[in-house]
Amino acid sequence: MSTQAESEVKPKRKPRRLRSANSHPVSSAPPNRGWRITPWLFMVVPLALLITFTYIPVANMFWYSFTDWNGISKVKEPVGLGNYVEFFTRPELYRVFLVSLYYLAGAVVQMVLALYFATMLSFSTVFKNLFKGILFFPYLINGVAISFVFLFFFQPGGTLDSVLGLIGISEDSLPLWLGNPDLINISLAGTSVWRYMGLNFVLFLGAIQSIPAQIYEAADLDGASRWNQFRYIIAPSIKPIISLSFILAISGSLAVFEIPFIMTDGANGSTTFVIQTIKTAFNSNKVGLASAMAVILLFIVLLVTWVQRLLVPDEKVDLT
Amino acid sequence: MTRILTALGKYTSLILASLVALIPLVVMVFTALKSSQEYATSGPLDPPSSPTLSNFVTAFNDADMASAFLNTTLILIVSVAGTIIIGTMTAYALDRFEFRFKKLIFALFLLATLVPGVTTQVATFQVINGLGLYNTRMAPIALFLGTDIVSIYIFVQFMRSVPISLDEAATMDGANHFTIYRKIVFPLLKPAIATVIIIKGIAIYNEFYIPFLYMPSRDLGVISTSLQRFKGPLGTQWEILSAGALIVIIPTLIVFLALQKYIYNGLSAGAVK
Repeated sequence: MSTQAESEVKPKRKPRRLRSANSHPVSSAPPNRGWRITPWLFMVVPLALLITFTYIPVANMFWYSFTDWNGISKVKEPVGLGNYVEFFTRPELYRVFLVSLYYLAGAVVQMVLALYFATMLSFSTVFKNLFKGILFFPYLINGVAISFVFLFFFQPGGTLDSVLGLIGISEDSLPLWLGNPDLINISLAGTSVWRYMGLNFVLFLGAIQSIPAQIYEAADLDGASRWNQFRYIIAPSIKPIISLSFILAISGSLAVFEIPFIMTDGANGSTTFVIQTIKTAFNSNKVGLASAMAVILLFIVLLVTWVQRLLVPDEKVDLT
Repeated sequence: MTRILTALGKYTSLILASLVALIPLVVMVFTALKSSQEYATSGPLDPPSSPTLSNFVTAFNDADMASAFLNTTLILIVSVAGTIIIGTMTAYALDRFEFRFKKLIFALFLLATLVPGVTTQVATFQVINGLGLYNTRMAPIALFLGTDIVSIYIFVQFMRSVPISLDEAATMDGANHFTIYRKIVFPLLKPAIATVIIIKGIAIYNEFYIPFLYMPSRDLGVISTSLQRFKGPLGTQWEILSAGALIVIIPTLIVFLALQKYIYNGLSAGAVK
């Protein structure tokens, strides 16, 4: 190993050419077998970054989660499972899971809408690109700007109230969309649907459009209805992207942060898991407890991913 | 008859959805173009009677948008360029070489895609702080470079379609590995590079969490954090806040209109890893 490594560090043209000629009688073999250090030279920086910014934080997070560290002091007293027990026994902490359910429900609505519009636009449509662009554009907008748009949208006498006024609902009978604790999470989850529906829609549409046109033609000749075309041609071929989107929706609904943080700062019962974690760590200086929460979230996300892999193995869709 | 009804239902739903997507934004445009007197006396849905751009000027100056755009652009260029170099080099090493621990390294990168970035910030904060990067532009740059595994995947995927015979021909001509990477592989990865520029560019332009957490200093505001801070002092002066939001949205709209096709394709490539 070491002698080979040395010979690579000082590259000499002749032996290299010889070696590569010898070791590649068949052109499909990787051309660099036997070169031990070159790949590592290409990967030193990426690996260092991966370890520094992913694996060290994850390892530290586990460690902190078993201590009472406040983020500043030099001592970290071990507290065993204390932080985990605290999280699951304090209702004001674990109730953030309930808030996630609103976003999860929103994500389901969002995927149904995306699937509907993707199917619609996959058939010939007037102004197809215009509709596609309009439905997709919200996804590209900066989250802070979206928060401003919807703070104005939901404020008393704002956009929503005025639109409802147009169809004859008087403003006095309308609730405070962001002031009412029963409504706030629905309003915020609705904002989230507005923001992310376009992404699901474009992904589904791309998957549907990759189905060869002859298959639809054959189905048309056989007299298949639109519904049957959807059920037997479109649905099976986009199953992988739907299942991927669903996983992203579950982990996404636990990781909601921007919209409720900027719009309401977690007030009125709109605190999400991530807002709670950040506030526990940086406002209450309970890094140990916050780390335990982050570990719990990480486990849930890994569990969901694992269950998905179990239920929907990567199957190749073959329509031909 | 059913065909007509189906079409009617389809276009009704499309128009309705378009209205839902557009009305909140159009109302912002109306509001931003009104003077403060007109804002106080008109409803949100009334178009401005005498449009004025003065709110945009006020918002641009008061929210320090010039320095925000400069900071965002700086961070964006360095991070995207770095991601491309790092991602293509990793892909080259992983796809073109056989070496010990190759499977392990693949697994390390794969596992990292499953770790949601938001969860680890509690501990990442200590790493950034320990490296002395807190409250510098290097903090977001380091994180955008170090935690972007999806780009590496896009490059590895694309790399597989670059024929290996090209590498071999170059080796025969005496090119070393770095030359092969730089002169042959890198140029052939252009479509993947375009995809990464788009995905990464949009993500960094819109990123709020990382700059918010790691660059609280006022002169280090990026567009997201500057806009968010702008909300505080103004409270309910919606004609100015709307203008501020639109200043951030308009560049996105221009890029979207110019690069539509690439953006759609790029997102599909990014999502299906």
